[in-house]
Amino acid sequence: MPETTYLDANELLINMGPQHPATHGVLRVKLKLDGERVLGSECVIGYLHRGVEKIAENRTYAQFAPYTDRMDYVAAVTNGMGYVEAVEKLLGVEIPPRAQYTRMVLAELQRLASHLLWLGTHALDLGAMTPVFYTFREREEILKIFEKYCGARLTTHAFRIGGLQYDLYDGFEQDCLKFCDYLLPKIDEYEQLLTKNRIWINRTRGVGVLSAQDAVAYGVTGPVLRGSGVKWDIRKVQPYEAYDKVEFDVPIGQHGDTYDRYIVRIQEMRQAVRIIRQCVERLAPGPIFGKVGKVIKPPVGEVYHSIEAPKGELGYFVVSDGTTNPYRVRVRPPSFVNLQALDIMVRGHLIADVVAVIGTLDIVLGEVDR
Amino acid sequence: MAAAPAKPAPPAKTPVKPEPWTSPLLEGLQKGLPGAIIEAVTFRNMPSITVAKEFLLSVCHFLKGEEGGAYTLLTDETAVDYPKREKRFDVIYHLYSFKRNDRLRLKVIAAEGEAVPSVVGVWPTANWLEREVYDMFGVVYEGHPDLKRILLPDEWTGHPLRKDYDILRQDTAWVKSNLGIESAQ
Repeated sequence: MPETTYLDANELLINMGPQHPATHGVLRVKLKLDGERVLGSECVIGYLHRGVEKIAENRTYAQFAPYTDRMDYVAAVTNGMGYVEAVEKLLGVEIPPRAQYTRMVLAELQRLASHLLWLGTHALDLGAMTPVFYTFREREEILKIFEKYCGARLTTHAFRIGGLQYDLYDGFEQDCLKFCDYLLPKIDEYEQLLTKNRIWINRTRGVGVLSAQDAVAYGVTGPVLRGSGVKWDIRKVQPYEAYDKVEFDVPIGQHGDTYDRYIVRIQEMRQAVRIIRQCVERLAPGPIFGKVGKVIKPPVGEVYHSIEAPKGELGYFVVSDGTTNPYRVRVRPPSFVNLQALDIMVRGHLIADVVAVIGTLDIVLGEVDR
Repeated sequence: MAAAPAKPAPPAKTPVKPEPWTSPLLEGLQKGLPGAIIEAVTFRNMPSITVAKEFLLSVCHFLKGEEGGAYTLLTDETAVDYPKREKRFDVIYHLYSFKRNDRLRLKVIAAEGEAVPSVVGVWPTANWLEREVYDMFGVVYEGHPDLKRILLPDEWTGHPLRKDYDILRQDTAWVKSNLGIESAQ
């Protein structure tokens, strides 16, 4: 008999990714396993690092705006919105109401698009093939509205520092309202497919539990934090644009598991529809650009501005030295910080649940790596 | 409607310079930890406190506690490089308090190679954030459980977000050593 046999081997190190369909990009996870059970994990990231923060230092304020779209490339509108608002805060300018409501409509449409993409791919990861076709069909309608508004579908560069580049096209309001009416019954359909589906419940309930205390300690934000029962949404607690003037609820979960986060995001989609309807009503004609000069030259100083992006708190920390180029732009991406909680969420679970937890964190590697 | 030049709104009365900041919280901090606060300013409704490095951990523990405002969420940690200063790095922490619903910026000034105390013990989320600062700026943290590069490959040399890091030179050197030709850049 050899001294050690394979039967003694109870710890196994395996590698998941970076080329793996369920990691939503180039994420590599090193897993330490005891049979099927995960003992621990370590994320290896950076495969998509493009150095956008360094690029920002070599561009003017306006030139950097399109780069922000390439971080969370499935939610370009909200990414751009965070940046232009941060620079507006640095400049101390107000933007007119029409521009504010337009931004909110587009941002909420983007939230819907991001959540639809998440729902489809998350369900696909867990073996439900059907929803992905439906959610992509609905997402397409949103992208059509974006295309009609600014010509681009994904990397939209929809906003400018100080307001909007383009006014709304004729029929924008009708398109949005028609889409809202179209989407609501579709959300019910997704719920029919999943919410009470026994396989879905077995795959998601009690998986990747994150307590409220851990969620705050690990700094997770967005639907992941709310799924753990913390009622915190930047749109409510520190409103930007005109979010203080619209009515919406902040859905929260109870158990902090994958199922609750699914419910939270589904409810958020309904709330987004509510916000869009209210904003479209208030789109009165008026100016779309605030008082910003041709050359953007903010005073010396630094600001931190954060918004509720579809994935969580998206913050921009901009330092100005009084020239036309930012001295430093720091992006606080929600995905990067949320991904850090993966390790504590997968410990003790099965290897198949790692896929569920990566899906439920809703990460985009373009934003993790920047 | 064409994008007509907007009627300029009256400019908001916001100061263009950071102003000194006073608050009961700051007074409590100064009383509890004398000498810890170097400077406290506010700009665009965001207070910013510069903390002496040796007091950083005490200040963090104080701020996280109930009487310190319960700043339980560390939203961001980053750094800014000022190579012309004697101590070149500003290490910056953005805190949020659910109880008070406000944000606070902490700053610590560190020289090249000077270790900054790690706040992972206070806010576990600082783990990756500090690794990123180390990766990009070369700021060393004392007491960090696993301080290594996070976004760049382990064999990378230099810290790209430093102001004196030249992208072009890096690129030319890489082409020369890996391809054996002169870079066309």
